[in-house]
Amino acid sequence: MDMDVVTLSRLQFAATAMYHFLFVPLTLGLSFLMAIMESVYVMTGREIWRRMTLFWGTCFGINFAMGVATGVVMEFQFGMNWSYYSHYVGDIFGAPLALEGLMAFFLEASFIGLFFFGWDRMSKVGHLVVTWLVAFGANFSALWILIANGWMQHPVGAVFNPDTMRMEVTDFMAVIFNPVAQAKFVHTVSAGYVTGAMFVMAVSSWYLLRGRHQEFAKRSMAVAASFGLAAALSVVVLGDESGYVTTENQKMKIAGMEAMWHTEPAPAAINVIAFPNMEKQENSFAISIPYLLGIIGTRSLTTELPGIVNLVDSAHGKIRDGITAYSALQKIRANPADAEARAVFDEKWPNLGYGLLVKQIRTDIENATPEDIAKAANSTIPNVPVLFWSFRVMVGLGLYFIAFFAAAFWLASRHQLGEKRWTLWVALFSLPLPWVAIESGWLLAEYGRQPWAIEGVLPTFYAASGLTLWDLVISLAIFLILYSVLAVIEVFLMLKAIKKGPLDHNPFETAPAGADVLPKPATAAPKL
Amino acid sequence: MHDIVPIDYETLRLIWWLLLGVLLIGFAVMDGFDLGIGALLPFVAKTDEERRIVINVVGPVWEGNQVWLILGGGAIFAAFPLLYAVSFSGLYLAMMVILIALIVRPVGFKYRSKIGDPGWRSKWDMVLCFAGVVPSLILGVAVGNVLLGLPFEFDDTLRTFYRGNFFQLLTPFALVAGLVSLSMLIMHGAALLTWKTSGPIADRARTYGRWAALAAIVLFALAGVWVAYGIGGHVLTSVIDPNGPSNPLGKTATVTTGAWLSNYKTYPWMMAAPILGFAGAVLALVGFTVRKPALTFITSGVAIFGIISTAGVSLFPFLLPSSISPNAGLTLWDASSSKLTLWVMLLSTAFFLPIILLYTAFVYRVMRGKVTSDSMGKNPNAY
Repeated sequence: MDMDVVTLSRLQFAATAMYHFLFVPLTLGLSFLMAIMESVYVMTGREIWRRMTLFWGTCFGINFAMGVATGVVMEFQFGMNWSYYSHYVGDIFGAPLALEGLMAFFLEASFIGLFFFGWDRMSKVGHLVVTWLVAFGANFSALWILIANGWMQHPVGAVFNPDTMRMEVTDFMAVIFNPVAQAKFVHTVSAGYVTGAMFVMAVSSWYLLRGRHQEFAKRSMAVAASFGLAAALSVVVLGDESGYVTTENQKMKIAGMEAMWHTEPAPAAINVIAFPNMEKQENSFAISIPYLLGIIGTRSLTTELPGIVNLVDSAHGKIRDGITAYSALQKIRANPADAEARAVFDEKWPNLGYGLLVKQIRTDIENATPEDIAKAANSTIPNVPVLFWSFRVMVGLGLYFIAFFAAAFWLASRHQLGEKRWTLWVALFSLPLPWVAIESGWLLAEYGRQPWAIEGVLPTFYAASGLTLWDLVISLAIFLILYSVLAVIEVFLMLKAIKKGPLDHNPFETAPAGADVLPKPATAAPKL
Repeated sequence: MHDIVPIDYETLRLIWWLLLGVLLIGFAVMDGFDLGIGALLPFVAKTDEERRIVINVVGPVWEGNQVWLILGGGAIFAAFPLLYAVSFSGLYLAMMVILIALIVRPVGFKYRSKIGDPGWRSKWDMVLCFAGVVPSLILGVAVGNVLLGLPFEFDDTLRTFYRGNFFQLLTPFALVAGLVSLSMLIMHGAALLTWKTSGPIADRARTYGRWAALAAIVLFALAGVWVAYGIGGHVLTSVIDPNGPSNPLGKTATVTTGAWLSNYKTYPWMMAAPILGFAGAVLALVGFTVRKPALTFITSGVAIFGIISTAGVSLFPFLLPSSISPNAGLTLWDASSSKLTLWVMLLSTAFFLPIILLYTAFVYRVMRGKVTSDSMGKNPNAY
């Protein structure tokens, strides 16, 4: 394997995935907020709620276009950059992606046209149904993508087939109801709802600070505050569920994000602050609270959490088993009728992936020395400082969101939103925080899974396509240039739409056809 | 576990081969007119008002149409993972060019109308034109290269090695295939414009549509002659077990000039595909001339169905032949997913695809009628 190609492939995937996920959370959150606002409009018949739906819909549309544009890249990139991955696990991993298209994305994308273009062509209730379908479509999309991602973290319901040289599914229900996927889904969509709510809070605060659109802004904030509080609670409470599941399945990830080098007597202490040193395999400095990690992570006082060094030790045995499985696989390939080799393989295959880890050190892994095995075992340690700090950024912000939305909800229920200007400034400057939290979360989830593309099954370096360095340099340059330009345009248009603000009239009933929409010479503009 | 599947592996693979065709044709028919209209945008519409009308013809539906491509990609991944792995990585830079177009296109539709400045708008018009022409052309070039065989081989762990580069894809035959694709999608886009617009836009669309239909007929015929006399087709030389494990290394194949036409001797009904391709394009040409927009649109859709099916049935049972290692070519019998995956995906598709077709039809029904300045003026969300 050309390691430069692997590194650049990883960099490209990380860049395009994290960029794509700048847009997805806002789509998830705003779609439900719009559906709630339009429901109020249909129930009360009060025009301002429709104007709210229209305005937040405009922001949604600007954001959604970028989500679509960057989403196609994600789907194609598995085949383009990770072709051995696509072959190796496509039998399982491809299905949720296809189901996402069948069940979710078609729904969302077909009805989004009617959301924008159907206002004057459908009944009130008909249009409301369309808006809800868009919201459900967006969220179903997230479900299938996280089932796919959950399988990468915790590959269940599949076995390796030596005749086809790949993993094949044995139990689809196990893949769909994978506990990791379910916990991740709720955690991720809730994070999207927090993002949507924060966006509405921040933009509305700006209107109140400017003294513009006061009624519009206060109503929007009231909806966002209650929606945001529920979402922030859900993201943290169910984030804990995600942590619990992680300890069961990805012990190395949790040891890494807690910078816990050695197994401690249960219940383990939690490091609040630490400076992990990868080389010495210890923390140069740490402040810890006794017992807390054990209680959160295992929900018991007696279950031990293994430390990083201990996990590396146990990897040695898995690697040796993996090498045995690999040798048996070679024999099966030479002679498919070799029953003895098949019996060995059937017993040892679950650790085949650990055997493949040695491939980055030498290609003839059957001849691995104890030093090679030790090196491969050490490579199972993810980047501890990055995990440790991204986890703390995410959790710290999660707790802040609960406090923020609880305060906003309290002010909204007492009709005191906007009375203290400093609260509006706080809301405005909190705007970027959900994105920081979400990107930290993905960094933790994906970087924390390294060196694996599929946990315990397929090492990342072994999954890449056999591309040339130039292929990667060209594609990465194209993505960086294109994505930078589009980011600038997107922010510019979003700010322009926000500055313009919501319509102050009903575009569908009072205005004569075309009067306020088509550009007119300045002298002919009606004085309002 | 596999015994819960009530149909045999061979039938499942055949059904998925057909479904793959349905999805790719679905993409070409639905998203095809978006691409064709994008390509025609600067030519059929001169003023900003006209361009807005043209963009608003596809405005409410392009997002849904593009999902056919996403679903096509997902279905190849799920049903024929090896095809997905080899073709997407082998055609890496060509895929990048398509991706550039697919990234700027949604943004172009959405962002063009957000600012009134003529310079801003004309730049996005060029972007939309580029994003219409390039995928139409490159996807055709890709199909041309599939007929020629791609230069890939496997090691015995089924890791792919690709021995070509982007510029080697641009052979004369592949370029003709690309032009077939471009002209048929322009014909299709023009057909929709004659239906959904009126006045000068529809008149210009009719003119371009006629030329495009004529070009599609001539180029399709040229490609057919080339396939018969100019390029090699792949033939299996060992018996392949249609119920066997998915591993392409267990068979042998050779290359013979004109062999892509041998299926038409074995299965004469396959002639229906090229006949529909020609007949559809000829009827579309007639439709443009006698001003029957609905007929033109439907027959140009039939032409697309026929032309893409022709490529598919000519290759049968191959999906992706290898030019440097014919034995490694992928067929539908040895590059599919497991029986269980094909079965579960078939059940899901059988359930969801009719629902998708129903609500897509509903969306088109709500948005029926011509797009005019008045209809755009009523909606503050119009592009």
